Order: sequence, then structure tokens, then C-alpha cells
Amino acid sequence: MSASQQEPEAERVVAGVGDRVLEVLDTFGDFALLIASTFRAALRARFPALEILRQLEAIGARSTTIVLITALFTGMVLALQTGIALARFGAKPYVGSVVGLSLARELGPVLTALMVGGRVGAGIAAEIGSMRVTEQIDAIRSMGADPVQKLVLPRVLAATIALPLLTVLANVLGIAGGMLLAQAQFGIDPSFYLQTITSTVTMDDFVSGVFKTFFFGALIAWVGCFAGLRTTGGTVGVGRQTTRAVVAASIGVLITDFFLTQLWVLL
Amino acid sequence: MSENVLIELVKVEKAFGRLQVLRGVDLQIQEGETFTILGGSGSGKSVCLKHMIGLLRADRGAVRVFGEEITRASEPALVPIRTAVSMIFQGAALFDSLTAFENVAYPLREHRRWDEARIAARVRECLAAVGLEGVERKMPAELSGGMRKRLGVARGIALEPRVILYDEPTTGLDPANQRRIGELIRSLQKGLGVTSVVVTHELELCFSVSDRVALLKQGRIAAEGSAESMQHSDHPDVRAFLSGERDAGDVGFERR
Repeated sequence: MSASQQEPEAERVVAGVGDRVLEVLDTFGDFALLIASTFRAALRARFPALEILRQLEAIGARSTTIVLITALFTGMVLALQTGIALARFGAKPYVGSVVGLSLARELGPVLTALMVGGRVGAGIAAEIGSMRVTEQIDAIRSMGADPVQKLVLPRVLAATIALPLLTVLANVLGIAGGMLLAQAQFGIDPSFYLQTITSTVTMDDFVSGVFKTFFFGALIAWVGCFAGLRTTGGTVGVGRQTTRAVVAASIGVLITDFFLTQLWVLL
Repeated sequence: MSENVLIELVKVEKAFGRLQVLRGVDLQIQEGETFTILGGSGSGKSVCLKHMIGLLRADRGAVRVFGEEITRASEPALVPIRTAVSMIFQGAALFDSLTAFENVAYPLREHRRWDEARIAARVRECLAAVGLEGVERKMPAELSGGMRKRLGVARGIALEPRVILYDEPTTGLDPANQRRIGELIRSLQKGLGVTSVVVTHELELCFSVSDRVALLKQGRIAAEGSAESMQHSDHPDVRAFLSGERDAGDVGFERR
């Protein structure tokens, strides 16, 4: 290839990269605008109590099963692994301390957020995406109503309320799962197991975990709504946006988890 | 004459990405008339309609509704216009999660501070106007295509609009239901004195309801006139469209 042919090629690559960067920035900008307009809608709107209750049921109550199963098995496998590891230091009886700390500070909140993020993020994106491609979103606007106030606000509020509650549930179930396993596998007495937890895990540990989930909940709902509202291209588009919502919600949870944990440590 | 122009599009241009859909559309909708925008699929007629209540914003040009420029108006500023100009969507755009009753009640709950009894009375009135008595408790999915369209109209007239915009009102319906929708459009115009803008490619509907007709082609108004004069026009584009000639010039444009 001669030099004169290479140059336009290089130009195209640079232009392509530039386009992509602009697209990504554009997307983040739009996402920030959605968050801003949700706050504006919250100030303007009557408190959508009934719709929040409905969403709490869909987002919160209906997520309990997957959260409980996840927590139970995570607690058990955590007890199993730490039991084996601690045995090397002769500290096997203290399984409860490690299980309790890991769950309260990190695994309870994050695993709950990932499970709910998959289920709820996909659900919201698919529902709002379908509304978008069947012009229901346009219909809301055409009647002088605000889709952000009608759809986004109640979902964000409900998810922000639901996730901390689910996390507390997950913490309890995970610790219970660990307790069952510790007794069955290592013969650790349940009352001793619980005592090791209460003597190690402080209120600060517990709160540091739960505080993050308010942010996770809002993030999951916002990502789901955002993906849904940007749907184009009919039913194929709904599928694509649903996938994007799950991926973005999961990655978003993991990234914000790091920064929120840092923030808590610094404060 | 310009006093009773309700909706005016001036040199409106609109592109989606690299696709230029409207290339300078000029239109004037006058009070009390039924105006039809005729055009093949992909000619940008629905896009035109969506500009009239600010669902889409023009890249260039002006859109005036009741004398007010709305191209750059904020969403809250558009609320008074959207309560006076109602849009009937192609696929009815009913809310799947709400009953027929709640669908029609939706705009009333949003904009009228009425008690339940008054809302119920108005909903029944609207359902009766479109011949849908007794479906109040049904979900949209339980209704036939024709009934869904009429339910969409019932929702659209709930706030007693001055202007109704119909996006492909008869597409996908059987002939009996098509006729029924045509009669509905006429009776709403006569009964309530509303101004109507209809977007369609169906000639029968067009010439049975319209006072004036415009033909949209390649993002511009190719021809415009009274229904009578358009039907007998010598304009080559009009003749081609009316006789169903294949039009190679239109972009295959669908927006969902």
C-alpha cells in the first residue's frame, strides 16, 4: 500500500474513534440529564404514593426469592471456604466472624444489587422499551404528562427503598446459611457461631454495607429506565436495550461499590 | 384569513442522523377544517404530525400553534398546547397496564381536578361517542384492532380538544372498520367543531373526510388544494400517487 492510500485509512480510524468517544460522552450526558429531570419531577410532582407501592411490589417483594436463595447459598459456601482456610491457622471456630463481616460489609449488598440489577434492570428496560416502541411514551407526552414523573420517579424511589430492605434480609439469611453449614460440617455450636458474629461485626460494618445499597437501588432503576427510554428499532431494539441495561447495571454496581466503600473509609 | 390559522409549519426541516426526512415543509391548518396530508410510507407524514405538538423538534424552520412558536418551547411550556391539540396514534398507543376506562380517564386525571363521578361520566360519554359502551373493565389486549383504535380516539377527545391529529387512523383495519373510523372523524368535526389533521396513504379515507389535501413527497409539499381540486388535479405527482404508480423517489423510511 502506498503512502497516499494509508493516510485516508488512518484518518478514517481516527474519525471512527472520535465518533465513538463523542457517542459515549453523549450517552453519559443524557444519563445525567435523566437524573436531573428526575429530581426536578420529584420537586414538582404530587408524591406518587400508589405507584410507588405498586413498584415496591414489583421491584422489592418479587425479588425476595432470588435474593434469599442467593444469600443462603452464599452464606453456606462462605462458611465452607473460610472453615477450610481458617483450619490452617487453627482458627476454625471463628468461621462466624469472617462470614458475618464479609456479608455485612460487602457480599450482602453487592450480591443483592447484582441479582436485583439483573432482574429489575431487565424488567424496567423491557417494559419502558416496549412502551417506547408502541408510542406509549409519546402518548404520555402528547397528553401533556411527563414520562419521567410518571415512570422514572416511582421506579427510582421504589428501588431506593427496596434494595436496603432486601440487603438486610440477605445479611440475615446468609448468616443463617453459614450457621447451618458450620454446625453440620465443622460441628460449631450455633450459639457460639452467633456469639463470634456479635463480638466481631459492629454497627459500623453493618451500616457501611447498607448505606451503599441506597445508591445501588437508584442506579439500577435509572439505568433500566434510561435504556428503556432510548429504545429504537422495534422489538429487536427492546431486546438489545434490555441486555444493555443488565450489563450497565451490573458494571455500574461494581464500580460505584468501590468508590462508595472508599468514601465510607475516608469519612 | 391568517386569523384563523391554528397550526402553521414554515420551512420545517428535520433529519434523523444522516437521513433528511423533512426538507422544508410549509403548511397552514385553518380552524374547523379537516386537512389531510397524503403520502407514501416513508414520505415523512407522521414526522410532520409529531412536530405539531412538539413530540419532535424541527432542526430548522418554525412551527406555530395558536400563533405561538413551539420549536424551542420547554416540555412544561407545551402542556397548554398538548391539552388543546390531541394526537391519535397509529397503533393507538394505549396503556397496556390500564383498563379501557383508566386509559380514557388518564388525561382527565392529569389535567382536571374532578371527582370520580364526574370523571366516570365523562369517560362513559367519550366511549359512547366512539361506539364502545360496556368495555370499561376490559384491558386493551382483550380488544380487537378496530376497537383499540376507537378507544384511542375516545382517550384523544376526553379533554375536548380544539384540534385532533390522526396518525394513519385506518391502517391495518378491515373495510368496515375503516369506514367506521372515517364516519367518526366526520362526526367529531361536525358535532364538536374540531379541526382535524389526518395523515394517511388511503385515498378512500382521504377523499371522504377532507376539506383540503396536501401531498407530501420527498420531504416537501408537492401539491396542495381542496379535496375536489386534488382529486382532479393534473399535477404529475398527484396523478402518480392517485393512480398508485410506484414511486422510486421515496426513501424507505420507517420510524418507530
